[in-house]
Amino acid sequence: MSGEGLTVRDLRVTFDGFKAVDGVDLDIRPGDLRFLIGPNGAGKTTLVDAVTGLVKSAGSVRFGGEELIGKPVHRIARMGIGRTFQTATVFEELTVLQNLDIAAGAGRGVWTMLRRRKGIPEAVTKALETTGLTELHDRPAGVLAHGQKQWLEIGMLLVQDVKLLLLDEPVAGMSHDEREATGALLQRVSEDHTVVVIEHDMDFMRSFARSVSVLHAGKVLSEGSVAEVQADPRVQEVYLGRASEPEPAPEPAAASVPVAEEA
Amino acid sequence: MTVILNQSFTGISIGAVLLLIALGLTLTFGQMGVINMAHGEFIMAGAYTTYVLQKSISSAGVSLLVALPVAFLVAGAMGVLLEWLLIRRLYTRPLDTLLVTWGVSLMLQQLARDIFGAPNVQTHAPDLLTGNISLGGGITLANSRLFILGLALLSVLALTLILKLTPLGRRIRAVVQNRDLAEVSGIATERVDRTTFFIGSGLAGVAGVALTLVGPIGPTMGTNYIVDAFLVVVVGGIGQLKGSVITAFALGVLQSVLEYSTTVSVAKVIVLVAIVAFLQWRPQGLYTLRTRSLA
Amino acid sequence: MTTTTTTSPAPPVALLERFRVPAGFALGAVLLLGVAPLALSDFRLSLLAKYLCYAIVAVGVSLAWGRGGLMVLGQGVFFGLGGYAMAMHLKLADAAATGQTLPDFMQLYGTGDTLPWWWEPFANPAFALAMTVLLPMAVAALLGFFVFQRRVKGAYFAILSQALAAALAIWLVGQQATTGGTNGLTDIQGFFGYSLDDPVNQRMVYFIIAAVLLLLMAAARQLFVSRYGELLIAVRDSEERVRFLGYNPANVKLVAYVIAAGMAGLAGALFVPAVGIISPALIGIVPSIGFVIGAAVGGRASLVGAVLGAIAVAWAQSTLSDAFPAAWTYLQGLLFVVAVGFLPGGLASLGIVLRKRRAGTGTGTRTTGETA
Repeated sequence: MSGEGLTVRDLRVTFDGFKAVDGVDLDIRPGDLRFLIGPNGAGKTTLVDAVTGLVKSAGSVRFGGEELIGKPVHRIARMGIGRTFQTATVFEELTVLQNLDIAAGAGRGVWTMLRRRKGIPEAVTKALETTGLTELHDRPAGVLAHGQKQWLEIGMLLVQDVKLLLLDEPVAGMSHDEREATGALLQRVSEDHTVVVIEHDMDFMRSFARSVSVLHAGKVLSEGSVAEVQADPRVQEVYLGRASEPEPAPEPAAASVPVAEEA
Repeated sequence: MTVILNQSFTGISIGAVLLLIALGLTLTFGQMGVINMAHGEFIMAGAYTTYVLQKSISSAGVSLLVALPVAFLVAGAMGVLLEWLLIRRLYTRPLDTLLVTWGVSLMLQQLARDIFGAPNVQTHAPDLLTGNISLGGGITLANSRLFILGLALLSVLALTLILKLTPLGRRIRAVVQNRDLAEVSGIATERVDRTTFFIGSGLAGVAGVALTLVGPIGPTMGTNYIVDAFLVVVVGGIGQLKGSVITAFALGVLQSVLEYSTTVSVAKVIVLVAIVAFLQWRPQGLYTLRTRSLA
Repeated sequence: MTTTTTTSPAPPVALLERFRVPAGFALGAVLLLGVAPLALSDFRLSLLAKYLCYAIVAVGVSLAWGRGGLMVLGQGVFFGLGGYAMAMHLKLADAAATGQTLPDFMQLYGTGDTLPWWWEPFANPAFALAMTVLLPMAVAALLGFFVFQRRVKGAYFAILSQALAAALAIWLVGQQATTGGTNGLTDIQGFFGYSLDDPVNQRMVYFIIAAVLLLLMAAARQLFVSRYGELLIAVRDSEERVRFLGYNPANVKLVAYVIAAGMAGLAGALFVPAVGIISPALIGIVPSIGFVIGAAVGGRASLVGAVLGAIAVAWAQSTLSDAFPAAWTYLQGLLFVVAVGFLPGGLASLGIVLRKRRAGTGTGTRTTGETA
């Protein structure tokens, strides 16, 4: 298992005439740890929604040699694409173990489903270890700390045997230590998965991204390594123009100012 | 042909009654997600208000005119009381409101039985509303049903104007579309909820007044209409007046035309199947608010 | 599958856990099959048989509503379909026993002297018995498929269920010549060759009902603790999330709904020999909501709570409604308000709520309703 790449061509999503995603091309190679950044409304979440089948879209999204557009949500999920949402959604009344077990079991037959769970599937044990939740396995997920819920969500993707993880702001609202732990977790995960992260936190992006795509107004503005993207004047314009003032700032950004100053 | 036209008019007047009832539900169901089964008993309250007023005011015409605002206030006050006592505690569990308000509706029915007795009572319609208008060719329109149609359309108009033009209306629409955003924008959503409940329940009272013109008044009169009225809201789309208007008339006409060509009971079943089929095509109803949210 | 050591809990707790459920089940069996028949008169035992029928419906309600968050407000439909399927067969058998071709009510109201075509297969006992369960399940599967597949909102589902109950009741009333109309199918004499007038046979019916209830409770318990049971809770809590895990939540809900319908159908079928009647009054909107209240009072998510709640409410109803009809209606309304409004976990959760309150953490009962 070493992840699977994602190829997006001319993806378009329109809400009542508003072009939320306007002709996006992306090539994410297997094993990448790609960050999608961009100002609010750039279309990052909508892009992920489109890939996972949550919104209707036009264009082409290919994954493992198959076209995703037009497939229902659960079929796309079964092909090995997992995602998280901005707010952690775990099954609060079930334990950590039960959460992972459900995530691991989409392909189970009727007979297995109707029996009680005996023992722990290997994938679940492994995911517990990877996410550091082994000690908490019999706690109801509802009582976990915010960061732990996010890790549980990532763990749930791991046991699904997904090849591609799409994470929507996984470190939002986390403490500094939790961020570091999450970053380390993402790097471990990306050793044998492809990971795409939507993120606002520039420090986090710089520390952990392997490659970056910048979205702006539904289009890809810039793409490359962290350093390349930071040096791109268009990125600085978009970011600094928005970040330094509430209204688009008139003064052009100096080329040497790093992107990171905004968040 | 004449029969079909007469039947269609009957359907339109059934639709008008449904519309009057559903208008209030669109507000409460749409804005708050509350399934208020006691809405039927607010209809009953409006009807009994008419009955009581007619006992003290002998003129049927005057008492009917007085009953309209009074029933609105009575039913509206009951709605506010219900909202304040129970429903505001249940906003996180909208489905459970159905059962809780059902319990309230049982109690209100019994209360009506204890006050007015179990048998149905009757009011006299004003002379003006007892006749028919003949349009020639065998087509006749009952005055009372024309009055109800007028009342329903007037209510739609008034409600539309309130929602579109007044500050209160803007707040109500804001809360329907995005409760959290409305709250952080400084709208006192609790007060808006209560006002909405007042208006919605008051409209049920008005519907009750209208129903006294076409049928008897009894403790369970609301139950007969409540599910049909909810179906109107479901098909029309939540929080959308025009959806309710179109659906109420469409269901009314469909029901009465089917009743003519088959039987009452078969018509009910066909209408229900049609609704389920319709929801296959539009699971959110005829008109919906377009949002990006998951829910 | 490999087992790691992390799951093995402390042994004494495990022993207690392991025997709590079988012990409770055995106690229930002794009470229902041993103590009750010995202690109760024929009349009271037949009343208990009726309450147990409601309890069987509650088992399904607990599964679909308590665990699955599906507001099943049309259980009267399935109860009625099961009841009518059984009653049609028994009426035909009664008629055949006296040398008639038509059931008594058809001779009174009927238009012809031939049996309607859709009555004919019910003369076959095996067919009729199968239909008591399969017919409700088929109707539930059909409605459930269309509603869940298109992700119609939970509230809409509740309203559609009610509309279905209303429509079926109205249809039955309208077809007096073939369904007995408002009266329903009454005056049932025999039950597969045994006279229902004989108290011994009435007791036999009671034992069948009690045994069915125990069996279904055991089956439901197995579903509750199975992986499917966990998945059902997951669907209730976050349907969208389950979809992203690669399941189709519509199917998960459909299974619970169809099983609950089958249980209600079986309950209706058993109700007929126990009470001797099935009529539209047992099917419409009002009784359909009534089927839920017992489960709500006892605790919708707790199997035992739902069953005991259903029995208690049915008992209260038949004890109070004759003597104090007004007081009973108020009490019933109050039950809905208090149980659902203030104690959503039902009486089964009372202990937890009180303990939490004493510990000063507030009521904190988690919501179990689906927010769809």
